[in-house]
Amino acid sequence: MDGQTSTVTPDGRTIGGVVMEMRNITLRFGGVIAIKDISFDVRHGEIRAIIGPNGAGKSSMLNVISGFYNPQEGEVWYKGEKRKPMKPYQVARQGIARTFQNIALFDGMTVLDNIMTGRLNHMKASILDQAIWWGRAEREEVANRQKAEEVIDFLEIQSIRKTPVGRLPYGLKKRVELARALVAEPEILLLDEPMAGMNVEEKEDMCRFILDVNDEFGTTIVLIEHDMGVVMDISDRVVVMDYGKKIGDGVPDEVRNNPDVIDAYLGVAHD
Amino acid sequence: MFYREAGDYKTSYAQDNQTFPIAFDRYRYYFVVAVGFALLPFVMTDYLANAILLPFLIYAIAAIGLNILVGYCGQVSLGTGGFMAVGAYTSYKLMTAFPWMDMVSVTLLSGLMTAIVGMAFGLPSLRIKGFYLAVATLAAQFFLVWLFNRVPWFFNYSASGQISAPERSMFGWAITGPAANPSVKYLFCLLFVFVLAWLARNLTRGSIGRQWMSIRDMDIAAEIIGVNPLRAKLSAFAVSSFYVGIAGSLFFTVYLGAVEVGASFGIQKSFLVLFMIIIGGLGSIFGSFAGAAFMVLLPVALTRIFADGFGWDTALARHIEFVIVGGLIMFFLIVEPHGLARLWALAKEKLRLWPFPY
Repeated sequence: MDGQTSTVTPDGRTIGGVVMEMRNITLRFGGVIAIKDISFDVRHGEIRAIIGPNGAGKSSMLNVISGFYNPQEGEVWYKGEKRKPMKPYQVARQGIARTFQNIALFDGMTVLDNIMTGRLNHMKASILDQAIWWGRAEREEVANRQKAEEVIDFLEIQSIRKTPVGRLPYGLKKRVELARALVAEPEILLLDEPMAGMNVEEKEDMCRFILDVNDEFGTTIVLIEHDMGVVMDISDRVVVMDYGKKIGDGVPDEVRNNPDVIDAYLGVAHD
Repeated sequence: MFYREAGDYKTSYAQDNQTFPIAFDRYRYYFVVAVGFALLPFVMTDYLANAILLPFLIYAIAAIGLNILVGYCGQVSLGTGGFMAVGAYTSYKLMTAFPWMDMVSVTLLSGLMTAIVGMAFGLPSLRIKGFYLAVATLAAQFFLVWLFNRVPWFFNYSASGQISAPERSMFGWAITGPAANPSVKYLFCLLFVFVLAWLARNLTRGSIGRQWMSIRDMDIAAEIIGVNPLRAKLSAFAVSSFYVGIAGSLFFTVYLGAVEVGASFGIQKSFLVLFMIIIGGLGSIFGSFAGAAFMVLLPVALTRIFADGFGWDTALARHIEFVIVGGLIMFFLIVEPHGLARLWALAKEKLRLWPFPY
């Protein structure tokens, strides 16, 4: 696969050119090197997985992409431009949304309010407009509510829309968090262990949602996941990390047969 | 029986978004507004206005303001008294420097001035949270009181160090000064309460309100989904201080008429307003009213019972009153930490099902 041309996957989805590229990223915390000289690219419309044992630096990588950490070395290229060091909210405005490993919902707010908060980059009414409410603010609220309801329908959470998030069970919270990221209509959706702690049925639901999001909205998805069956099934390409280094990159079958990857996961006999 | 949504179909998102989605609630709200504007002014007495309604209305504004900051945005503030003083002293300077200025403008400009000062003291909130922020705002409280006490320009070099509101009227009715009619004072405050509560409700149900609440619930997640923390926190400080400044201005011009900053806007005032929103309910406009009513009415009611009813010595009655109010605060915090607003919401929840709870 070269950088720019589109390809069509066996299941009929079109994968476009490179939309995001990480070039020689190195991230250090004091003396600890979390990520060491990693490069990979993400192509438009694909599902890109990052896997690796615990502490490999996967979440740190996602945090670099979402602007939470600024790497000491290396460049992030997004849509053909080098990205300046940014705050997370600026990254969000560029069309990158994410979910968290430990659910990070707003517990005091209802499901609907949580989802509507994800929509805030599409809401432009000034604070004075909002105070008066009639007119611009109300129109905007209704228009964005429409979009929020579409996502609610899509993820099948109609029955809980007015429930405070704090009262929901774990699996539903994960789904609400996905809804909050999705409603922003992101170009790239980052999912940090979307299936952690779920039972088989919930995992199947979540897989279906991820595939549907990718298929229906054409959203590029970068996900971290530990469940190998899931990763190998749904992703188009996989990056494998271990101890902050990249040890494999390619389509699932290549990665599965990569000796370094097998060593990292199964351990290696040193003789 | 008639308190439920059954048969009350919503056909648009605008209808679903309204403040009182249940028809009965809506009618009760219209009723309260009608009584407030059309009935109470005609039965007003000096006692009713000065002991109950004026402090209730003014504290309600301050409580809504503080609730926006603490209850909605999660930034603890102990500087309410100081910010009320900013509102009061701005009013005094405006009234003495520009005698032609009408009272609505004076009050609004005092609010704006306080908003600016509040934003300046809100800057530390970008770096510190929780108790540490509370201490930083406490510094604002002490600094502002000291400033108004020590810099004679603020009290126009008067010998006593007090400020007193000159008489001002609108449409021929005196609003401030000893000649003001209690009904007029009451209506003037009620108008501000009505408009400000409505604006606060709109702000808290819209996009900016959700940004505040997201900062309160989890600031890191809020930032990652696109909330600019600087903008969200400072706007909360600005709006909150605007309300508190207006409350301070009305407290001085309309209610007391003359104040001495240490006695009227000291740290006790900050705590009083904070108690109001804790007892009333954090993150609730209704809770701000309930808390203000509780803290204003309870002492008055107890004084009437003990001093007038039982004929006790007033000093003794006053001390017993402190004990009871303190005890009730603890009782409420233990029984219902989310305040009167939550009790009210639970009661409404029960009423919706009554008389068939299943």
